[in-house]
Amino acid sequence: MTYTIKTAQNEWEIVCGLEIHCQIISKSKIFSGASTEFGDDANENVSFIDAGMPGMLPVLNKECVRQAVKTGLGLNAQINKYSVFSRKNYFYADQPNGYQITQYEYPIVGKGKVKIDLSDGSSKEIGITRIHIEQDAAKSIHDLNPKKSYIDFNRAGVGLMEIVTEPDFKSPEEVGAFLKKLRSIVRYLGTCDGNMDEGSMRCDASISVKIKGEQGMRERAEVKNVNSVKFAMQAVENEAKRQVEIYEQGGTIEQQTRQFDQTTGQTKFLRLKEYADDYRYFPEPDLPPLYLSDDYIENIRQEMVELPDAKKERFIKDFGLTAYDAEILTESRQTADFFEKAAKGHEGKKVANWILGDLFASLNANKLTLEQSPVTPEMIGELVDLIETNVISGKIGKDVFVHMWQSKKMPSQIIEEKGLKQVTDTGAIEALIDSVLKENTANVEAYHNGKTNLFGFFVGQVMKVSKGSANPQMVNEILKKKLG
Amino acid sequence: MAIDNETVKRVATLAHLRIEDDKLNATKEEFNKILDFIEQLKEVDTSSVEPMFCVNGGEVPMREDVVTDGNLKEEILKNAPMQEFGYFAVPKVVE
Repeated sequence: MTYTIKTAQNEWEIVCGLEIHCQIISKSKIFSGASTEFGDDANENVSFIDAGMPGMLPVLNKECVRQAVKTGLGLNAQINKYSVFSRKNYFYADQPNGYQITQYEYPIVGKGKVKIDLSDGSSKEIGITRIHIEQDAAKSIHDLNPKKSYIDFNRAGVGLMEIVTEPDFKSPEEVGAFLKKLRSIVRYLGTCDGNMDEGSMRCDASISVKIKGEQGMRERAEVKNVNSVKFAMQAVENEAKRQVEIYEQGGTIEQQTRQFDQTTGQTKFLRLKEYADDYRYFPEPDLPPLYLSDDYIENIRQEMVELPDAKKERFIKDFGLTAYDAEILTESRQTADFFEKAAKGHEGKKVANWILGDLFASLNANKLTLEQSPVTPEMIGELVDLIETNVISGKIGKDVFVHMWQSKKMPSQIIEEKGLKQVTDTGAIEALIDSVLKENTANVEAYHNGKTNLFGFFVGQVMKVSKGSANPQMVNEILKKKLG
Repeated sequence: MAIDNETVKRVATLAHLRIEDDKLNATKEEFNKILDFIEQLKEVDTSSVEPMFCVNGGEVPMREDVVTDGNLKEEILKNAPMQEFGYFAVPKVVE
């Protein structure tokens, strides 16, 4: 499915690449021993290194390196055994050194690829250009005082992975699918918590447009710091439209940095890229190059967890799930684990239906996360079995689920206590039917005289008398025989 | 490589240095003298030499991921020209 912007004169295509900053999960910062804890009081977790005090030297955190390698492997990328730290020079209140320690010509991770699945059932590969590791800047707060900005250095020096993609995105949908997939991968790996609203995953999008079939690329605009998947999709859509409008009115686009406005969904001008991007990189004199051995990389490879794509394939194959169900169930590791526990030894497809249906609906209605669910995987597994073996009907199953949710009891116990066991005893059902027919002689006569649509009425009556516990299939069969 | 006045201005802007117009020529001359001096390095053939990124050599030392630092709020803020509510306060940074 190709996404284009059609106008009276032309058909335009989007060309878009992303840069995603992911905060690395580690206890301490990438170059200092200060804590990375989010939400502590301002400037509590700051060392003299983070504050840029003269004479302080950075020492690299092992864990940050490991997490970046893990992420690289998770994105099917080349791990570079040799990488170099660089200084990126700029003056800003959030960076007391006047430079950021990052990587430039020799990043720790090279080319990789990520598969995304689209709504029309197709899938596409997005190229990863590189991942480099660097330090985060301090957080500036602009809205507390009209004349001043406040700076909190707790975030300064937290490890970041900057993931750069190829300009492979051709639609807002692809951008959204990629961000979701990337978030799911880093969460599976435990290398970044992926919380875009807290700023631990931040996205910049480079966007340009071109007329369908046109060779080469036009000037691009970079939209900075978009903090949700939805906003990223909006930013790409609206920025592309804006550029098309300008071109069609005979204008030109200058290379520029823009900001996304959450209230309007539009992008607005921030600055031109002329001086701003001259960072005069040079090798960081305080840190020698980083060498990784084959053994080191191989060890991390051995410890890799099963990632969403592989899990999805396995769920489809082993449990007979649809691609759509498997996709939702594998989006987070918690959901996937919950499903697998529930499905173990039971009918997987049915288990998936209960989780995606009643369980998710109840969680949503009560604003609970899966971790807070009163219904356990074991309960769902047992419930599915009880229905499969005709101990209860699917309809009664729905009631049992509600009781499970309220009482946190196992379904077998609920059925026992409430007497919900399905009647599958032929004799008992015959007796029920006999009593119903006896009380409705007029209708029985009408039925025999050709009003055969009364059949449903009789079934309903029998079910009612049995309080829903009679096996509906058996009721149908026996009733048919009795009515001749 | 010869530096012109435009380049001097540009580098000064990037480095946050103010160079008055009447100092531009003198700065340019100095700049070029330094660059000429360094140009001498080009006389050495380095085509078969790996670039050196660090004079100390060796690998980067690494530390364990343990919290060993921080809780220095008072000391950290001591030199701040302005502080409010535990934050560094700076003139409004408007993008």
